[in-house]
Amino acid sequence: MADDLVPRSDEFGLAHADQSKAPITNQNTASFGKQLLGFWVTFKTMFKKVNTVQYPEVKEPTAPRFHGRHQLNRHPDGLEKCIGCELCAWACPADAIYVEGADNKEGERFSPGERYGKVYQINYLRCIFCGLCIEACPTRALTMTNEYELADNTRGKLIFEKDDLLGPLRAGMVPPPHPMYPNTDDSNYYRGEVTSSHPSQGIAKND
Amino acid sequence: MSIQELGTESQVQIEMITCVIDGFEITVPKGTLVIRAAEKLGIQIPRFCDHPLLAPAGACRQCLVDIEINGRAFPKPQASCTIPVENGMVVKTQLTSPVADKAQKGVMELLLINHPLDCPVCDKGGECPLQNQAMSNGRPESRFEGIKRTFEKPVPISSQVLLDRERCVLCARCTRFSEQIAGDPFITLNERGALQQVGIYEEEPFDSYYSGNTVQICPVGALTGTSYRFRARPFDLVSTDSACEHCASGCAMRTDVRRGKTLRRLAGEDADVNEEWNCDKGRWAFKYEVAKNRVKSPMVRDSNGQLQEVSWPEALAAAAEGLKNSRSGVLVGGRATIEDAYGYSKFARVALGTNNIDFRARRHSQEESEFLETTKLTATYKDIDNADHILLVNFEPEDESPIVFLRIYKQVHKRSIKVTTIAPLASRGSEKLKAKLIRTTAGDETQAITNISGLTGKSVILLGERISETEGALSAVVKLAADSGAKLGWVPRRAGERGAIAAGALPNLLPGNRSVSDPAARIDMATAWSIDSISNEPGMSTDEMVNSDLQALLIGGVDPMDISAEAKIKLSKKFIVSLEIRQSDITEIASVVLPVAAVVEKSGSFMDWQGKVRKFEAAIDQTLNRSDVRILSMLADEIGKPINLPTVKSARAELDSLGNWDGPSSDMKMRNPTAAQKVSGDEAVLISWRNLLDKGSLQDGEENLAGTARKSTIIISNSRAQTLNVRSGEHVRVSNNYGAITLPCQIGDIDESSVWLPRNSLNSQLIRNLSVVSNSVVKVTKA
Repeated sequence: MADDLVPRSDEFGLAHADQSKAPITNQNTASFGKQLLGFWVTFKTMFKKVNTVQYPEVKEPTAPRFHGRHQLNRHPDGLEKCIGCELCAWACPADAIYVEGADNKEGERFSPGERYGKVYQINYLRCIFCGLCIEACPTRALTMTNEYELADNTRGKLIFEKDDLLGPLRAGMVPPPHPMYPNTDDSNYYRGEVTSSHPSQGIAKND
Repeated sequence: MSIQELGTESQVQIEMITCVIDGFEITVPKGTLVIRAAEKLGIQIPRFCDHPLLAPAGACRQCLVDIEINGRAFPKPQASCTIPVENGMVVKTQLTSPVADKAQKGVMELLLINHPLDCPVCDKGGECPLQNQAMSNGRPESRFEGIKRTFEKPVPISSQVLLDRERCVLCARCTRFSEQIAGDPFITLNERGALQQVGIYEEEPFDSYYSGNTVQICPVGALTGTSYRFRARPFDLVSTDSACEHCASGCAMRTDVRRGKTLRRLAGEDADVNEEWNCDKGRWAFKYEVAKNRVKSPMVRDSNGQLQEVSWPEALAAAAEGLKNSRSGVLVGGRATIEDAYGYSKFARVALGTNNIDFRARRHSQEESEFLETTKLTATYKDIDNADHILLVNFEPEDESPIVFLRIYKQVHKRSIKVTTIAPLASRGSEKLKAKLIRTTAGDETQAITNISGLTGKSVILLGERISETEGALSAVVKLAADSGAKLGWVPRRAGERGAIAAGALPNLLPGNRSVSDPAARIDMATAWSIDSISNEPGMSTDEMVNSDLQALLIGGVDPMDISAEAKIKLSKKFIVSLEIRQSDITEIASVVLPVAAVVEKSGSFMDWQGKVRKFEAAIDQTLNRSDVRILSMLADEIGKPINLPTVKSARAELDSLGNWDGPSSDMKMRNPTAAQKVSGDEAVLISWRNLLDKGSLQDGEENLAGTARKSTIIISNSRAQTLNVRSGEHVRVSNNYGAITLPCQIGDIDESSVWLPRNSLNSQLIRNLSVVSNSVVKVTKA
């Protein structure tokens, strides 16, 4: 019976394959020493620091330039940097970004200049975290954070809206809409000459 | 002469010229510009100011090339957009001449010195000739380190066009368009040298009916449309070729849709129709299709008189129940596509067994029905191009068919052709056409038509739909055309009217110009439709149906206020089945409301005033709304007399297979004119027409567009103003026993016995306010 299973030719190396399944037969002393050496690695590792992280109880910091969730940044007075130009959407190879621009109206200003992003959505089911959108952004409005915990139980929750993506209000920032810093225009903002909010723009956050 | 004239057929033999461009020989007609000859070889010379339909300007200097003629070279590179080819000319473009290449790069660098780097916020970004040509023919990096020139921005030069002067490259396309094509020179280049800039006159905004074209031809983002500003990027948009639904000019259009919503419409190209232009109404009036009051599902009126949303089978059953076995009729409205109009026509004859069908939701007459049945309308845009004399009868092309106006204006501008207009007053449009005004008042046009002389076989007579308001005028025109051999054109306002005639949506006409009174034509149609017979009784017109004791009416897109002030009340006594896109005065009184697709949501075709079919596809296909013909087909099935037109395509195919009637046709019965109204004292004869931009329901929700509409004024003659002791701008009251309208007056070149008001503009909706629109005596007093 067993003979029937032996391949007639060794054209495909089957005979050798069969050999590899055979039990180890040369149990001489040199071989025994080699086996001990192998177990020494195992033994040594028992006293090393463990690499396993007890996620999610324990969280490790990522590499500083890790591509995580996006963030829409603000100018130092709280106005949004995004101008709704859609260059990020244009650059996106996965078609994950949807932007609608709109006019900054008198009395309802969200960004310096004429235009702001009225709708800003990133679909994290599509995003491949390549970072081309960050390179495309002309105002440095879009950057990436190191946040990587992007899982949820519905598709809808993984489409992040502008509110989800906007960076936090830091000290000295006034939540938009509010006017530009007095006696400045958008070019002052881009040159970094606006460093904080002015009382006329509204009540700033202080902490 | 430039290539723009090649469009017109010329009888003379065209002289051909051979020249060499980049080593390739090419033979082109004499007068062809170098840049255009190079295009024929597939050699693209960068350009900004050059436009094939505008006179050469040589303003931007981007198209510089090296030229030599018979071995003698020009000392410097020359602008290829201003130099016509000549025999023995050798042209070297940037591809073969380092000198031309360097010159072009230099010009580009100079243009970019003052051009702001605001492409991310500029609407033109992504479809910008400057962006593209800076990439293809510019330096990779800027050497400019100074401070760019800046201007205040954006400046609204009208409520619908915004100007960013710092983006302008001073190509003068907009100013040349306004002057040469539209005849509205409201926009010019001010100042000189480095301060040169586009501007408008201080007193007058850029309120041209054609201002949108300047936005489209601007090669940079200097002129942008207010409505589209910051709405989308070119790569967001899905473009569909379409036809304009606003008037019978028949413009080719492009509809740009983002996520199932129309964001903008552009003029398409069709040399035989609109060339590359359209009017602002066609360009910017499309929000009606996303209006809040769109009818979304079928509705049936319940026992409490309230409309309730129901399922389609329920609504169709209710509609069929009301239409079946009752004396009924069909009002189509002037906006149906040919396929839909054919559906209505067949539905009336087959499912309802009646000839009571009419597409006219405006003033109409029996004379007009006969005219449309018997008269061959042969005039085309091409005939306008070649005309020696154009006669306009009760037709204001600028307001009622703006592309016809552009076509006439082009010939007036180029060849100074003679234009005569039979009209009550010299409108702005007829002044621009330098038309000879034969001043008439409502009702006495017939005499003026009879007195016209000097028309030849090359002349064109263009009639407005308002001619039906004067008894006998159409008869006189038919006689004039027959006697002089002039080409005759009838230009209705609405896009669907010519198509509805072809589809037989008239009480006296079957599809394909078959007369209801002709037994052979009736048998022909009955056979084609597989029915026993078609009623030989001529049907009722719109007015007759509204005023009759018909029990049920099927109504397409009709506003009862277009018919008469009492139409709504009269219709409310009938069983109405309404096919509508939006809630309207008709849906308020309808027993069954069936939602249909708006033009962007369906395919179909319109017939323009020349009789040319303008097909279009659905720009938005993710919709549940269906074209009227599909719903009529379901309704006919429900009635039990199927019309078998389940799709637009099948309606189109069936109508095409019917062909036009080649049997004998009858002549028009000539009518005698009625006497004009007699007025005395403070009485006047009311005259009106609709302005292009007015309170039309398809312009709802377009505030920017409405901002450029002409102000509503009452036009009176100088002597009447003196009698009333009013000056221009003071308020005048026009009244009759129905109501009154008070508006600022304007003193114009109008017949002393007449007064003119806009027919359907802000504060001047004549049917609503006065119950009459023309040829009626009103009182004019100082307010």
